[in-house]
Formats: sequence, structure tokens, C-alpha cells
Amino acid sequence: MLKYTEKIQETAKRLLQEKRVDAFIGYGKGSVPMMNQPLLVSDPGRVDRLYWDNFCGLNLCNYLTKRTDKVGIVANGCNSRNIVTHIIENQIKRDQLYIVGIPCEGMIDHRAVMRAVKQKEILDIQQNGKTFVVKGADFEETFEKEKFLQSNCAVCIHRNPVIYDELLGDLVEEQTGVSPYQDVEKVEAMDPEKKQGFFTRLISRCIRCYACRNACPLCYCPTCFVDESRPQWVGKSSDPTDTLTFHFLRAYHCAGRCTDCGACERVCPMGISMRQFTKKLNKDCQELFSWEAGLTLDQRPPLDVYRPDDYNDFIK
Amino acid sequence: MKGLLEHVGVEPGRLHFSWISSAEATKFVDVANTVAKEVKALGPARYFIKKRAEVA
Repeated sequence: MLKYTEKIQETAKRLLQEKRVDAFIGYGKGSVPMMNQPLLVSDPGRVDRLYWDNFCGLNLCNYLTKRTDKVGIVANGCNSRNIVTHIIENQIKRDQLYIVGIPCEGMIDHRAVMRAVKQKEILDIQQNGKTFVVKGADFEETFEKEKFLQSNCAVCIHRNPVIYDELLGDLVEEQTGVSPYQDVEKVEAMDPEKKQGFFTRLISRCIRCYACRNACPLCYCPTCFVDESRPQWVGKSSDPTDTLTFHFLRAYHCAGRCTDCGACERVCPMGISMRQFTKKLNKDCQELFSWEAGLTLDQRPPLDVYRPDDYNDFIK
Repeated sequence: MKGLLEHVGVEPGRLHFSWISSAEATKFVDVANTVAKEVKALGPARYFIKKRAEVA
């Protein structure tokens, strides 16, 4: 994974110098370990700030919407699917983009690492292929990357970018035999009361900071429904019903569009697994419309088209 | 929508969808009766309901 940093820098420099792009969007190293930040470079002399490692979990497609210039962007599997979604939804044109594809082997869950070192302060992380070494003031531990993948990366079946102008490495083998919807099935099997308990507990810690919405590449509305006050669609308090309404509607706005990139969960300060909502919709889309978001530019999303054989059983 | 609402714990039978033309009076009566019957059987909703009025 680390080898990509240099390649990204070289490519960005070339693209900016040749004026193929006006700006290049990638990741920069964060000020604390495990937290990489989005970085937009427009000066070819400053490409050395671009960076890539196992903690590039934010979704860069957030920075594409409504741009009018030519942009280069780094894209792994899920990010590339969000780019496709953006193009389909007319947020950006294909010819404005130069997509630098990166075959991805999954990102590391920073919370799992913190748990593993018992929340001690981490000063440095060295990543070497399949393992990584975590260093703190008085400890040093080695972990296997495989066991610390973000929960969405562990069940990812689209690691390779689906759309790109240039690929920075060899395509990786896609995971087979993973069952992405195991947790959803578990909830589906519960009776309504258990489900109520499950979701009430799930969101009980939510502080309504809307970080999940801000990190989500799908949430590009000029004014979000939660911020509107005329009419006020949803209560702004942390009342459990208001919070559930927010999560419910946020998820529903992502129906048939979510690529399960995991940015929402990654940025949640309270560690809430809000993918439980979006994953149910992804599963429904898969089952009812054989649809996975962002795989092709040639097909309209299921909630965007009418077909006579659309799923109809719920209407009496 | 129905799928997700039921997934988060709203009882099946509380939410109904139907398509009724203005000319289908009998269908409307049938559907309204079915909805009323099924919702009555479930009893009052306790979930996804705000307990206190916090916003006037």
C-alpha cells in the first residue's frame, strides 16, 4: 500500500505540469497517527505533501461536486464507485476528471487499533505490507493488518477501481466467499421488539453532530433536510425519536447510491455503526433490483427509473 | 421505505401502501377497512413516537 505514495506524487506532478488538470485531490498525512486528511494540490511544486497508506478511509468524492475545473483524483474501489455515482447524478462531468486508480486492499480501522492498545496514546505507526507496528511512549506492538480492517473493507467485493484513466498498480484479487450482509440478516431475523431495542441502543450515543452526513459523498444537497427550519422536517434535539428519524432519513437518501465506503462510520466521534441502516437498503437493492451502486455509467439507478417489472408486492 | 421501517422495528402491518383511483370507491373502502383492522390488532404504537412535545 505504501508504495503508492511516490507513484501518486509523480502522477500528480506530471498531470499538473502538463496542465492536464487544474487541481489534484488526494490524501495528506494527518497531524496525528491514523488520521489522513483530504488534500487538494494545484501547485506542482507541492505534490510531495500527497500521501497514501492504510488509513485513507475518507471519501474524496465529497470534493468533486459542482467543480468546474479539471480535476485529478485518487480513487480506490469504493471511491471510484462514488465517482460513477457523481457522474450519473450530474455532479461532475467525466471529461473533467482524470482518475488515478488504486487497487485497494482495505483500510485499517483506527478504533480497533485503539482498542487493541487499550486506548493508550499512539505516537507512530509503521506499516509493512501485511503487518503494522504500533509505537507509543512505553510500548511497541505488532499486529496483522487482516484482523484490523474496517468492517466494510473486510466484506468488500469491489477493491479494484471500476473507472480510471490510469492505474498505479496491478489489480488485486477480489475477495470471494465473503457474505456482506450477515449482520443485516441477523437483525432481519429478530422480532419487531428486538429490532426496536437493537436500533435504540445503536443510536443511543448519537450526539447529532452530523459528521456522518458531512463525510458522506452522497450528501451534497445545498441545504440538508436536518438544517432546514421552514418546514422543520425533523426535531433538532437528541430525543431518541428525533435521532432515529435523522438516521432513518439519512440512510434513505442514500438508497441505491451507497457504495458502503464506510466514511460515515470512520468519522463518527461516538463510534456508531450507522452502516446498519444503509446496508439494509443496499441488500434490498441487490435483492429487488439486482443493483449495486456505482458499477456502471450506462445504467440508471433503480429509484430513478420505472420498469413494468419493478418490485410491487408492498402495494395493495 | 417499508423494508427499512420494518427493519428498524416498526411492526409489519402498521404501514400500508396502496394505489387507488378516484373511481375505485369500493377498493378505497376495502383498503381503509383492512388498514384499520390490522392497525387495531397491533394496538397503539409506542415506538418511533415522541413522548414529550419539545418543539411547539
